[in-house]
Amino acid sequence: MKPIKRSRTGTVPEFHSQTGGRIDEKWVGFLLLLPSLAAVAVFVYGFIGWTGAVSFTRWNSLVPDWSWAGWENYLRLFGNFRFQSDLRNTVVFTILFIAVCMILGLTLAVLLDRKLKGEHLFRNIFIFPMALSFIVTGVVWQWIFNPSTGVNLFLGKMGVEDPPVWYVDTRILPGVEWGEIQAGIPLALIPVVIAAVWQLSGFTMAMYLAGLRGIPDEIREAARVDGAGEWQVLRQVILPLLRPVTLSVIIILGHISLKIFDLVVAMTGPGANFVTDVPGVYMFEATFRGNHYAQGAAIAVIMLVMVSLLIIPYLVSNMRKEADL
Amino acid sequence: MSLKPGRLASYLTLLLAAIFFLIPVYVMVITSLKGLEEATLDRMWELPASLRWESYAVAWEKLSPHLMNSLYLAVPATIFSALLGSLNGYVLSKWRFKGADSLFTLVLFGMFIPYQSILIPLIQFLQKIQLYNTIPGLILVHVIYGIPITTLIFRNFYAGIPDEILEAAKIDGNGILGIYRRIILPLSVPGFVVVGIWQFTQIWNEFLFAVTLTSSSQHPVMVALQNLSGSQIVQWNIQMAGALLAALPTLLIYILLGRFFIRGLLAGSLKG
Repeated sequence: MKPIKRSRTGTVPEFHSQTGGRIDEKWVGFLLLLPSLAAVAVFVYGFIGWTGAVSFTRWNSLVPDWSWAGWENYLRLFGNFRFQSDLRNTVVFTILFIAVCMILGLTLAVLLDRKLKGEHLFRNIFIFPMALSFIVTGVVWQWIFNPSTGVNLFLGKMGVEDPPVWYVDTRILPGVEWGEIQAGIPLALIPVVIAAVWQLSGFTMAMYLAGLRGIPDEIREAARVDGAGEWQVLRQVILPLLRPVTLSVIIILGHISLKIFDLVVAMTGPGANFVTDVPGVYMFEATFRGNHYAQGAAIAVIMLVMVSLLIIPYLVSNMRKEADL
Repeated sequence: MSLKPGRLASYLTLLLAAIFFLIPVYVMVITSLKGLEEATLDRMWELPASLRWESYAVAWEKLSPHLMNSLYLAVPATIFSALLGSLNGYVLSKWRFKGADSLFTLVLFGMFIPYQSILIPLIQFLQKIQLYNTIPGLILVHVIYGIPITTLIFRNFYAGIPDEILEAAKIDGNGILGIYRRIILPLSVPGFVVVGIWQFTQIWNEFLFAVTLTSSSQHPVMVALQNLSGSQIVQWNIQMAGALLAALPTLLIYILLGRFFIRGLLAGSLKG
């Protein structure tokens, strides 16, 4: 994107205000932006600062108490069973969710890119869950994985004696003792991951498909002429070219997963022993059910830090890239 | 016509995936059309013996005020945030001042934050200006936190309009606002469609603000649906009918205008 070319030599007339005086239109532009900039400054940055301040106070009841607590709220969180479970669940959920979305999304995109008949229909079927809310998704999948019906009806017909109890399962595999909790994969999270994959793998597919469509056919042809088979073309030519798409996918899915809230609320809630709890749910319950504002604020700040670690490098590198153009 | 084995395998994979994607739709539709005695756990996958609409009547009775709340919320919020995004995107793509890119990056950050991190002061603020637990309050919130994404989409959209057109308009004596009104706005229809669909869908489906900034009668539909399905006494077929009713508006938009929906999806992510 190139900036507006403005002649300083006078071949293109500068702007004149109605009174005839010269004004710099870029200042007008800045003024037009100002309300939005001010809103973002206050409602994003100002409020983040405010939440940060609350997280260092003793405001843990309905009555605001601004007395300084230092790191107390944070220390208490990191030592607490529920929050440790939340961190474990977030890590497990994020990894599984992104990995499955990427594999499924990439596979579907590669298949659709072969210009099969019915491509349009398939694509629309894969993407439509994006138009739904996590609440609707959660309400429906909650029934599909309900241990006494849904998937288990099929398993029962197939003669499975002991069908899984899905999100009611409290087992954690392998379940190594670690701090207050057992580290590993809580089995109850798997149905939640499946529901989230259902909702967002179509988006992943759309991203990859757009990436694939951006690769000129000549590149593939050249590789084929050199004697590469379809699989080799995919692995050695196409996949490396899709790396920027993969990065975007990880960033987008990652930030969704780190702050996931509605899907868990609608599908399982915190679960027994907090096997399906996440920081978003804990923050909500601590703040709005328990009136532990300072503690809720501390959870929110930790969520923000996690998301920022993912997002800020991406935003900054994007800005640099644009500046180079 | 014979299919090559590779093609056949491709079709089979796509078909399996399509079944996976359609299972929840199947469950929702057939269950919502069952009567009370048919909607039992052991007959979940069976088709209804006859089409019964009573669960829709019950779900409608419970959800309709909240569907209206969502409508009163999503329509104005979408319009305001699209207008704001258009203006911002125009300035940021065509009138870039020094430091504009850094400011834009700072604005974009607002799109990724977990809203939990602004929620406590937001509630206090809304209480102070007496918009807590009101639809106008929620509209304000969605317009403000919609600034980053709408600005981003419009900025990328306007980058595709050649600067030469603007130069010509400048020579004719138009200023920044004149060009916006006479040149940019008429060219913006596709941008408004993409942003409009995106914002409407997001706002309609949003849950965190809805559940924390409003209570009971002011709840938008997603909170009402969650309450419906969270209560043990509400029948399963009614929950499914309710889920379908709540999903219908955005689903219809997707079916009718899917092309633009996908563009919005990609616009928000491919070009940060």
